[in-house]
Amino acid sequence: MNGRRVVADFLVFARGYFRSPIGLFFSLVFPIILIILFGVIFQNSGQSAVNLPVVNMDHNSAASLSFLSALNNTSVVKVQVVTLPAGMSLSTWLGNQGDPVGLIVPSGFGADFQGHTNVSVTVITDPSDAFSSGVVLGAVQGVTNQFNFEALHGAPFVSVQTATVGSASFTELDYLVPGLIGFSILTSPMFSMVEITSTYRKEGLFRQLTLTPLTRSEWLLAKILWYVVITGIAACLMVFIGAEAFNIHIVLSVYSIPFLIIGPLMFVSLGMLAGSISRTPETAAIVGNVVTFPMMFLSGTFFPVSSFSPGLQDFAHVLPLYYIIDGLDQTMLFGNTGRALIDLAVCIVIALVFFIAAVITFKWREE
Amino acid sequence: MLAASRVGGGSRLDAITVRGLEKAYGPVKAVNGIDFSVPAGTVFAFLGPNGAGKTTTTEVLEGLRNRTGGDVRVLGLDPWTDGAALHRRIGVIPQDFRFFEKIHPREAIEYYGVLFNVKPDAMALLEQVKLTDKADAMYETLSGGQKQKLGLALSLVSNPEVCFLDEPTTGLDPQARRAIWDVIRALKASGRTVFLTTHYLEEAALLADTVAIIDHGKIIVRGTPDEIIRQHGRPDRISVEAGPEVARYLQTKLGMTAVAANHHVDVELPEKTDALRVLQALEQSGLTWGRFSVIRDTLEDVFVRMVGKMDEGVVHPEASA
Ligand SMILES: Nc1ncnc2c1ncn2[C@@H]1O[C@H](COP(=O)(O)OP(=O)(O)O)[C@@H](O)[C@H]1O
Ligand SMILES: [Mg+2]
Repeated sequence: MNGRRVVADFLVFARGYFRSPIGLFFSLVFPIILIILFGVIFQNSGQSAVNLPVVNMDHNSAASLSFLSALNNTSVVKVQVVTLPAGMSLSTWLGNQGDPVGLIVPSGFGADFQGHTNVSVTVITDPSDAFSSGVVLGAVQGVTNQFNFEALHGAPFVSVQTATVGSASFTELDYLVPGLIGFSILTSPMFSMVEITSTYRKEGLFRQLTLTPLTRSEWLLAKILWYVVITGIAACLMVFIGAEAFNIHIVLSVYSIPFLIIGPLMFVSLGMLAGSISRTPETAAIVGNVVTFPMMFLSGTFFPVSSFSPGLQDFAHVLPLYYIIDGLDQTMLFGNTGRALIDLAVCIVIALVFFIAAVITFKWREE
Repeated sequence: MLAASRVGGGSRLDAITVRGLEKAYGPVKAVNGIDFSVPAGTVFAFLGPNGAGKTTTTEVLEGLRNRTGGDVRVLGLDPWTDGAALHRRIGVIPQDFRFFEKIHPREAIEYYGVLFNVKPDAMALLEQVKLTDKADAMYETLSGGQKQKLGLALSLVSNPEVCFLDEPTTGLDPQARRAIWDVIRALKASGRTVFLTTHYLEEAALLADTVAIIDHGKIIVRGTPDEIIRQHGRPDRISVEAGPEVARYLQTKLGMTAVAANHHVDVELPEKTDALRVLQALEQSGLTWGRFSVIRDTLEDVFVRMVGKMDEGVVHPEASA
């Protein structure tokens, strides 16, 4: 591995990129268009924290109180503890009140939690309000994960983090930003790597490079570096334009950076894999699309995964992009670094598998 | 530093040696047991019709393809297993050279400079291949010949000891072709070894020290262009502007083979003094005849005849001869 060769290849590739309007459009202009488009759509919604009526059937336990306070501290939901009239279910009550979501903490929650027994909280949602359901499910899952994580490590559950996102109240557009960033992390490396890998091979450019001291891993590293830079710029632009033009409050926290690095690594490798297993550029494009399209829509890009049907959620959980976007959600919206770490671990494993598979299947010369 | 392999006790060092090389693509035997060697500092031309196996052989020598059988050494290295070491010491223009669409020739040379860890003088290299006027043009806007010239310039960045040029002039205009010939001559003058494939016979005759003709994966003849013409060419002929009656006259009078075609009569001259006898006979014949010239087979004539006979199964490849 020679750094000067990686830099030289990076510069040649970057220059080519700036000289080719299509590549630049997909990598930079398209994300900007996306943020403006969604900004305009959600301009007047101005939503702040989602109101969350909660029935706490374990109201004496410290665990349930600390769970609810952690939930409240995410600042994306506003916990409102309610007492139901005798004999009335929460869903009926929600229907009467016109609230789209509610939460039930079961009795014995605290005891079960301390005894490490399985216990679940119940979220009641109105599927027609995907936004509120998505926010509440995201927040509840985040806090639940955090609790499980800390319980597993023997840390005192009362020390559950408070929201690092501060008191900013998020708008609907804020909730979309991590998904849109994920979208560009997926699409810009995937589409061009599939194209590059298959056309370079068809045109003999890899054989041309074989005749130089540049190695395959140097070449690949240069591509990964480029997409880390370009998707990083795209993410900053999206957040910046969102803040300037549409008043979003979400910021790129330092904890999001690993996802902005591992994401391009994952999809540069996957794109190359799709490109190198296909014989022709035409089949490569098909393979690339088959791999990319489900992820483009079902990983939490435009619609929160928690608003999907259970079957579709299971499917989303096998999509690599899901873990990138969830990681960005957790770090940018919910300030839930515990769950983000789990996402990151999953992402690193997937990225390594893709990278190794790509390097193995990627041949510069034929037998 | 040149390879230490020697040919049959010869005293010159060989840059390339090929022994019993075979390469099959599935059932297709593209190269079927060929042998040759290229002494260091010489120009070797590999001739053959399309599909003869030239590119396959070249790619095996360049380490871009593995061989099915036989042994191959370039600068003493096995091209397939020692590719990385070899590639620093050879320059290659593949048949159908392509490069990144969005790069300028000058940048491409500088890029190669970093890859090979050398400091090339980009403008001097472009000058050498006559491409300075396109130094800062986008690769995709270059013509076929200009692209080929860039390929040649890139192959020279690392100051290679051996250059492989696979049909470098195919499809080029006469100027571009001459520019590439000049580079090949300069390479030879500076002591480099050149392996050139072509199907332009005059190119081989002009540039090559040794020539091998390959057809159907077998070498059918090799040697210097002169040797090949001497051994495999037809006898010299005298060609006279005259009608068929002259051919008949000469045939009966001298007993020599005379063929009439296109207002010319061609007479074979097994001995060079036969030319005098023909002219004398013509002078005495009283028939009308015009200008005359002496014709010698070119490498191309030999090539066309030998490849034609090979196709008819008349000539046996050198290996089995
Ligand atoms: N990659 C390949 N796969 C299968 N057959 C090939 C391949 N490359 C060349 N051939 C076949 O091998 C033979 C020799 O080809 P090639 O070496 O390219 O000839 P030349 O360069 O003399 O025109 C031809 O019959 C060609 O069709
Ligand atoms: Mg060829």
